[in-house]
Amino acid sequence: MCYAICMAKGQIKIIAERCKGCGICVEFCPTKVLELSSAYNAKGYHPPHAVSPEKCSGCALCGIYCPDFAIHGFRVKEETKDASRA
Amino acid sequence: MQAEPSGVLTGVHFMDGDHACCEGALAAGARFSSGYPITPSTEVVERFAARIPKVGGTFIQMEDELAASITLMGAVWAGAKAFTVTSGPGFSLMMEHIGFGVMTETPCVFVDVQRGGPSTGLPTLPAQGDMMQCRWGSHGDYEMIALCPNSPQECFDLTIKAFNLSEQYRTPVMVMMDEVVGHMTERVVIPAPEEIEVTPRKYTTKPPGEFFPYRGDGAGVPEMMKAGDGYRFHVTGLTHDERGYPEFTPAMQAELIPRLINKIRGAVKEISMFDEDTEGAEVVIVSFGITSRVAQRAIDLAKERGIKAGRLRLITAWPFPDYKFEELASRVKAFVVPELNMGQMSREVQRAVNGKARTIPVLHPGGAVHHPEDILAAILEAVR
Amino acid sequence: MTSELQQIETQVQSPNPNPYEEYYRTDRLPHIWCPGCGIGTTVNCFAQSLINAKMNIDKTAVVSGIGCSGRVAGYMNMDSFHTTHGRAIPFATGLKLANPELNVVVYSGDGDLFAIGGNHIMHAARRNMDLKVICVNNLTYAMTGGQTGPATPMGSTTATAVYGSYDEPFNMPSMMDAAGAVFVARWTTFHVKQLEKSMTEMMHKKGFCFIEVLSPCPIMYQRRNKQGDAVDTMKMYKEKSKIKNGCPTFETMMYPGGDIVVGKFVDRERPGYIELMRHHLHEKLGEDFINEGVPVCA
Repeated sequence: MCYAICMAKGQIKIIAERCKGCGICVEFCPTKVLELSSAYNAKGYHPPHAVSPEKCSGCALCGIYCPDFAIHGFRVKEETKDASRA
Repeated sequence: MQAEPSGVLTGVHFMDGDHACCEGALAAGARFSSGYPITPSTEVVERFAARIPKVGGTFIQMEDELAASITLMGAVWAGAKAFTVTSGPGFSLMMEHIGFGVMTETPCVFVDVQRGGPSTGLPTLPAQGDMMQCRWGSHGDYEMIALCPNSPQECFDLTIKAFNLSEQYRTPVMVMMDEVVGHMTERVVIPAPEEIEVTPRKYTTKPPGEFFPYRGDGAGVPEMMKAGDGYRFHVTGLTHDERGYPEFTPAMQAELIPRLINKIRGAVKEISMFDEDTEGAEVVIVSFGITSRVAQRAIDLAKERGIKAGRLRLITAWPFPDYKFEELASRVKAFVVPELNMGQMSREVQRAVNGKARTIPVLHPGGAVHHPEDILAAILEAVR
Repeated sequence: MTSELQQIETQVQSPNPNPYEEYYRTDRLPHIWCPGCGIGTTVNCFAQSLINAKMNIDKTAVVSGIGCSGRVAGYMNMDSFHTTHGRAIPFATGLKLANPELNVVVYSGDGDLFAIGGNHIMHAARRNMDLKVICVNNLTYAMTGGQTGPATPMGSTTATAVYGSYDEPFNMPSMMDAAGAVFVARWTTFHVKQLEKSMTEMMHKKGFCFIEVLSPCPIMYQRRNKQGDAVDTMKMYKEKSKIKNGCPTFETMMYPGGDIVVGKFVDRERPGYIELMRHHLHEKLGEDFINEGVPVCA
């Protein structure tokens, strides 16, 4: 989704199998990027997904909060953004 | 390899068992001890505390035996040879960590200078009432190696042996002294370092990633490592796999516990040490520790009366040498077992003999050593 | 994996790994902690602090006791020791004394450190043993099913106080301060950035350092006390916490429904145990003192 990459300052990565659906990342994301999905992982939990990925600032708070090490965020480098625009 | 000279006080000394035990530890390479005072063991660590700053190492007096018994294990995992000493009540407190040491295969030495019990008992008087405790005191199934000195000289020699066995089998080893042996003063010869055999720690040479801290070698004993070398290993008291990671399954238990037990039980013939004179004997007096010295007097008295009395002194009380008793029981009439307790090792003798000969215990609640006449009476009873 | 999950996992492609992954034994994940348990959050802060403080991981050891927080040792990718209940600190003391080069971190829980381990933590603080202690305080003995502990707020319903508890908990920062700790802080798992900062400071601080971190325990504590889930507790932390750096520790007691005083309370200098020992023995014995620490046995 080129649109998302061009607009967001940050990105997230989720390891769905580790998630236990606690919802902390959803609640404490400052820009409300995430919601719990309706998908189930093998343990029966609903991992989050980015419903507003363009709002991700790359603050990485989700990653530091996540008690299950299932999500982390990072800032997108300027060059990457330019490259994707090109 | 030979002993590290800095810890060896070569010479002919007149010292008591507690002091000799400390010298044995130093000669064996012990450079860390965490202790807690308890009569009649305290002198061992008091001497260590005074000697170690000049030998090179650390002593710390901890706030209780619960701490002392595990602080030494932290030091072992950082690469030191370490030990502690105690007596009855402290030994009871240390039990959990003795089990932890067995489970984590931590090589170390515990010295129990036995005194009258149970509970506070007789702090300044002898007994041998912790023999079963030393074997079974911690919860769960495990084997134990225990040595019983009967003189200050043996306190020196057997403490070194205890350290050597702990490294060879990667397990805690007990030195079961008693108040008399600990406080009697006798000639102790400390040889030159080159004459003292010290077993090195089986440090692995495998690189991180290829080394499994809980994978036994052919004899079921894993190699050792220490913190700070990049192995990033895990040590836990939980049932664990070869990497040391917890795995709570019956299958893992079935793999781990038999290995821990068999590495010692399977080596009973290599580990066992006796002071034996049973050639042509009709009755064998089985004893250990200070009682063996009184027993010798009784044996001599019996021989004067023409009784073919033999001696089997258990230098290692655990693992119990069933094989020895199976062999002896086929050629002797009876075993007389004097001990300073109300029946502990004598039960083991009876079990091992399995009815093929009589077992006559000579029991004593502790507080003083036996009278030779009481042991003689049992010998006479045996040959009646 | 279902296509929905695949979509989630690959939603935004990234080559950037989680910076904390190399500090964890990822082959052991997912971990055993409950959904919403805050221990994992504290572990992320810990990993970040190791990065910030540029710690040599090969020279860092983690020692834990028994309990949910005690499981941290098993998940960290470094020399780790899961010891007996209450005795992580004496074990850590032995490790540190025998190799002072090691950076020894004790990671355990409120019950393990302050009930059964209470004696040991006091003495280690008194001695100013160079240990970094992280106490995850979830107000209960979680691993064994939520029994009353020395940190349980009065009036709580627990597994061993089904009618509500009637004894007051410890004020941990105050105890650590009184015992002589040189660094004392309290945060909650909401305060991730401040916790990370305190942990980072602690890594390079010499002496006995103590950080209490309040953590949700949704299954064992909150469920019985009708305090909702992890998000509810985190929101409560956000609302009730008052940051008071430098607050006198006797004013940091927590009361049910009251404010939670958080912050860095104590940051002082005291000579450390090993330093004192060496200095003293050198003074008394001069050249006779072999000042080379504990030699590694052959």
